[in-house]
Amino acid sequence: MKISVFWVSIVALLIAGLVFTEVVGNEYYFTALYVILQATMMAVAWNILGGFTGYVNFGSAAFFAVGAYTAIALDKALGLPLPLLILAAAAVCGLIGLGVGYLTLRLKGVYFAIATLAMAIVLETLVTNWTYVGGARGAYILTPENHLWFDSYIQMLFMLMLVLTLGSVAISRRLNSTRLGRGLAAIRDDEVAAECAGVPTLRLKLISTTVMGAMMGVAGAPYPFFVTFVDPVSAFNLFVAVNAIAMPMIGGTSHWIGPVIGALLVGSMQEIVTVNVSSELNVLIVGVMLVLFISLAPQGIVGLVQKHILRRRR
Amino acid sequence: MLSLDLFANAIVAGVLLGGFYAAVAIGLAIAFGQLDIVNIAHPAFVIVGSYVAYIVNTHFGLDPVLIGVLVAPVFFLVGVAIYRIYYAAFERTGQESLSGLAFFFGLMFIIEVVLILVYGVDYRLVRAGYIGETIELGFVGIPFRMMVPFVVATTGTTAIYLYLSRTFTGRAILAVAQDRLALQLMGADPVRIKQFAFGLAIATTAIAGSLLIIIGPVEPSLGRLYIGRVFAIVVLGGMGSIPGMFIAALILGIVETLVATFMGPSWAPAVAFGLLLLTLALRPSGLFGR
Repeated sequence: MKISVFWVSIVALLIAGLVFTEVVGNEYYFTALYVILQATMMAVAWNILGGFTGYVNFGSAAFFAVGAYTAIALDKALGLPLPLLILAAAAVCGLIGLGVGYLTLRLKGVYFAIATLAMAIVLETLVTNWTYVGGARGAYILTPENHLWFDSYIQMLFMLMLVLTLGSVAISRRLNSTRLGRGLAAIRDDEVAAECAGVPTLRLKLISTTVMGAMMGVAGAPYPFFVTFVDPVSAFNLFVAVNAIAMPMIGGTSHWIGPVIGALLVGSMQEIVTVNVSSELNVLIVGVMLVLFISLAPQGIVGLVQKHILRRRR
Repeated sequence: MLSLDLFANAIVAGVLLGGFYAAVAIGLAIAFGQLDIVNIAHPAFVIVGSYVAYIVNTHFGLDPVLIGVLVAPVFFLVGVAIYRIYYAAFERTGQESLSGLAFFFGLMFIIEVVLILVYGVDYRLVRAGYIGETIELGFVGIPFRMMVPFVVATTGTTAIYLYLSRTFTGRAILAVAQDRLALQLMGADPVRIKQFAFGLAIATTAIAGSLLIIIGPVEPSLGRLYIGRVFAIVVLGGMGSIPGMFIAALILGIVETLVATFMGPSWAPAVAFGLLLLTLALRPSGLFGR
């Protein structure tokens, strides 16, 4: 019963998206929704490792930027179509996730966190020195002429991002509720006990790091076509990393719906604050919300709701 | 190809830079290496130290190092307050691994954004008589803006090393890292010891910050470059060993300067990460692990 509710709502959202592109003409809404969807996807991806296993990744921005730069490089070199660029970005970022994970995940969790943080800086250095994709000056991307049956390119990107985001939510939900997900939860609760009980901890951690990296790369791949100008500073923006952590933490990390709730809430709020007040203030608000939620409600909104329901039952 | 005087200059500059790195990393060697508090916001506090030095220096013309020493007690109190929050929210409930990390990450981000909001992204600098002077020893030039931080950092590191190994409180800090329960049985309160030690760790950032702004102009996001560096130094130095940390800092300073001299300065930030990953992959206990 519950499965059908989930899939019905996925299909309903897709149809709603298609109807939306037919009815609404104002491009601002598609831009704003694209940003929110992109953030949702990053949050869902982060949660696959951070929420399910408890390993913190600070390098989300690096995966995102590598996805974007893979798309730029392959677009420039071979002129591949967008779906292939997305697949390539997924492959590259998945491999990076696997590599960093393999080097550091056998150690204590903090080393992985620090390694991802440092990785973001080293990849930024590499891209800054890579003149083929523009180096420090950045790269311009021409918006392709072809936008299928949609009225404009941004509408097509919005629809694409909707499909990708719903897909990642479905993957995350599947990981959360299968045998693999239970293994990941066991790692989060007590890694040594999990290992002793026969859970192949390293393999599970590597799988979830790879999936996380690939998903973040996928979120980054369409980004150059969305903004049409990418430079290392904007692609490796720390704000991407902060959002990817803050949204699951605010929504609640233990359940697959947590990052979705957090991303929709924080993402919509950011759009409103950016438009009405200022973008710097909005950045500050996210940081403050992150610290407050971690200190006062570590289980996030999902945790608060669960506690409330438990209390009412009693 | 390899010219000798270029090489000698790079080595000298690397040693001076490494000494300064020790001043930035020592607080983290205490917090991360000995107390197991993964303070990612450490470099952000160093930047705050730089801005304090900048503000007081432009208004009152005081010497930056003197400012660092004078405001260190204030930083100490801030550190104590942060540890209290950290202890109450995470350490007591055993959630320091995931939530504690994200807490410091959020703190780092807030510090950076507030600095940008108040002072903008412009580079800030301090004025002092010795900045800009250089002594020439043969073909090796030693700029004072590197020499002063090196001397202050070496003195400070030695003082902290002696304090930790000779005094009762210092030994208690080392003990809390090794065996918390045993310390409790000796009649010392581990939470109070850790609170004091974390305050000390943050206090060092006031001085490190003033040294940073003597070396060169500072802007809010500069701290991020130092995250890889300080963690590489602390891990390579063997987590909490002060002499190990100092040698690791010198190694990083020399390698970074050599890379900057012979490959170009834009590659220098990658050195720390390479060193960190190599250490984690080959010898996670560091060069001087306990």
